[in-house]
Amino acid sequence: MSQTFDEISSQLRKRHRRSARLKWISMGALGLAGLFLLWFFSDMLGKGLPAFQQAQIQVEVDYNEDASRMGRAALDPDLSRLVSRTFERMIPVQIRENPELLGTSETRWVLANAQVDQYLKGHRHKLNEQQVVLVDELLAEGRVELKFNTNFFTTGDSKMAEASGILSAAVGTVMTMLVTLAIAFPIGVMTAVYLEEFAPDNRFTQLIEININNLAAIPSILFGLLGLAIFINFFGVPRSTPLVGGMTLALMTLPVIIIATRTALRSVPDSIRHAAFGVGCSRWQVVRDHVLPLAMPGIMTGSIIGLAQAMGETAPLIIVGMVAFIPDVGASFTEAATVLPAQIFTWAGEPEKAFVEKTAGGILVLLTILIFLNATAVILRKKFERRW
Amino acid sequence: MQTNQLLAMFSGVLLLLGLIAFFLGRAKAARVRASGTAMYAQPDQYAWFAVLATAGPAITVGAIGAFLMLLLGAEIPTLYLLAGSLVIAAIGLLVGVSQVKPDFHARQAIERGIRWVLVGAAMISIFTTFGILFSIIFEALRFFKMHSFWDFITGTVWNPGASFLAAAGRAEEGATGAQFGSVPLFAGTFMITAIAMLVAIPVGLLSAIYMAEFAPSRVRTLAKPTLEVLAGIPTVVYGFFAAITVAPLIVDLAGFLGIDAAYNNAVAPGVVMGIMIIPFISSLSDDVINSVPDSMRQGSLALGMTKGETIRDVVIPAALPGIISASLLAVSRALGETMIVVMAAGMRPNLTANPFEDMTTVTVRIVAALTGDLEFESAETLSAFALGLVLFAVTLSLNLVSVLMIRRFREKYRVNNL
Repeated sequence: MSQTFDEISSQLRKRHRRSARLKWISMGALGLAGLFLLWFFSDMLGKGLPAFQQAQIQVEVDYNEDASRMGRAALDPDLSRLVSRTFERMIPVQIRENPELLGTSETRWVLANAQVDQYLKGHRHKLNEQQVVLVDELLAEGRVELKFNTNFFTTGDSKMAEASGILSAAVGTVMTMLVTLAIAFPIGVMTAVYLEEFAPDNRFTQLIEININNLAAIPSILFGLLGLAIFINFFGVPRSTPLVGGMTLALMTLPVIIIATRTALRSVPDSIRHAAFGVGCSRWQVVRDHVLPLAMPGIMTGSIIGLAQAMGETAPLIIVGMVAFIPDVGASFTEAATVLPAQIFTWAGEPEKAFVEKTAGGILVLLTILIFLNATAVILRKKFERRW
Repeated sequence: MQTNQLLAMFSGVLLLLGLIAFFLGRAKAARVRASGTAMYAQPDQYAWFAVLATAGPAITVGAIGAFLMLLLGAEIPTLYLLAGSLVIAAIGLLVGVSQVKPDFHARQAIERGIRWVLVGAAMISIFTTFGILFSIIFEALRFFKMHSFWDFITGTVWNPGASFLAAAGRAEEGATGAQFGSVPLFAGTFMITAIAMLVAIPVGLLSAIYMAEFAPSRVRTLAKPTLEVLAGIPTVVYGFFAAITVAPLIVDLAGFLGIDAAYNNAVAPGVVMGIMIIPFISSLSDDVINSVPDSMRQGSLALGMTKGETIRDVVIPAALPGIISASLLAVSRALGETMIVVMAAGMRPNLTANPFEDMTTVTVRIVAALTGDLEFESAETLSAFALGLVLFAVTLSLNLVSVLMIRRFREKYRVNNL
């Protein structure tokens, strides 16, 4: 059966329309993924940015006899319900440490409690009507204000939302990452050097290679089980500490560093090795003096990316007990500590509404650090990458 | 004395011995050379060999001793062990320095030492895998001694109940009620994984097709890293996002459609997990589609097929092994994902086909079992390892199948960079 030109061209049109449709649909899919990203970031910014501001209130502090036993007595009874309890608790301590204060009084800005804070930010609050009127009056007089929340960066966790900060978690993260790097970096680089430069191609080498690829794909929570069963129960490493957390994360980061290092070593051209061998270097001298320095930028990039990955990891740390209430900044690798993602997890579980913005604020800090790390890695690669 | 102080002293003395070895070795070699004798190696190499001879055996002996102590419970006092190691270090120092002779190949000796150190480092990754395997299997076996394997695999009721009483020696008070049937947990896991895949596979695959086949190169260089950002966001952040933002939205949407949804429904964590997994699928599929040989596209276009038909009937079928492999990796990732489900999915084991109900997953139960104040010996704590064992087996086999698929693709088209 023969077809007329009209039929054929209409068929062609149809086929081309279909082709165009695929293009638009696939473009839409990419756009959808981009939209997800946009939605996520705008949501986090909207929820988290208010956390960097905190309500403060100007009060008359009267250091009298009663206040040395119960801090609340130093304040006007109406206002004292609006002030953070952490401040009230500190008054007797201050008087005890500094007896001259007794009998004096001063006007100062102090931390308001979470309810005032939430009211000022227009969120749901638990103030009663009188208190709302009072806060409005104070606001008109300029005695209540939203100020930059330095507290958030200078204190540890607290049961009171207005006084809680991320410092102890940030310090914990730094210590944990130090342990992770100290273990994963040398072992990872040495493994990669062995596999690329020294190892003969035999069964043993293949076994190691399969192992590494496999380790990279194992769910992170299983590393937590390993940490619990081997490090804590068997070797007796103290629980909840940066030491055990860092060791667990090091095993997770190891495959990332190994794979990155191998790629970097492989990109060093063989002519360099031949030249070095030609002037009489031994294998180790070739690696140490020529191949490793040339591969260093690639190794650093991979390590930073692995570090960023470890920094955001939570599940294995929960298993080894690093989700703990840590109000004070830790000072040693064998003391209980918490890390930023674990702090976020803890805050996300708090029933009080004011913790939602703390959580989102912590998330913003964590994301900023991660973006900074990844950007560093990209810049390192751009700057030092050599095409041979 | 405390173990910490002992260790510090040990390291200090060892460092000192190492320094002595270095300078003694170098001085002796320099002396020999100054006397006009030709030597096989440089003075510094003799010095480093002396250091290796001092520290290497001592550390090895110390490590083996410590390991034996932990593994076999052999009672070697730490003091004697470390003192013994130091004696060995001193002997090593003497041997090392006495080896500084003109006809000794110090460089080759160092080379051998370094090779062993590197092999040792490479062994760590093997130890890790076996460590995971043994720790899980060992504890899981203890669990299966208390509760039968068959009930664990086929039981439909997960109710640890008062099983912790048994570990406390009060079994008669209610431990009989404990039931460990893992089917509801796996049902929940697969439900959430399925939802995640429903989001991730279409979006990821179509994005990959767009980036590989349609997009101008400028869009491509911009879109790829942007998508990677999705993979770099920590899972705990996704968990918060799912619980605070997405779950209420799902509840409202479901309410609008007249469906009753729980706040910890399975859809919210599923969708968010899907978003997280998009870049895994898109970036691997993109690589695979790119490595389908251009001759196949040209052949198809030459026969008069449109671009869309070429993609659908030629490129995608050719890239299918790679795409399946990417999807399997994504599934294995979704099965083991923990934080999103811990924060956004339910705690109640619930065997249901309705994704708007709350349900729990394997990883949630593992976390729940190991974060309580329970005795480690209790059946509930050990059940976490049994669940971990199944998780390990499933993800391992998915990974292996995925690797096999990609290898087949690679061999078929002789692609080397995948």
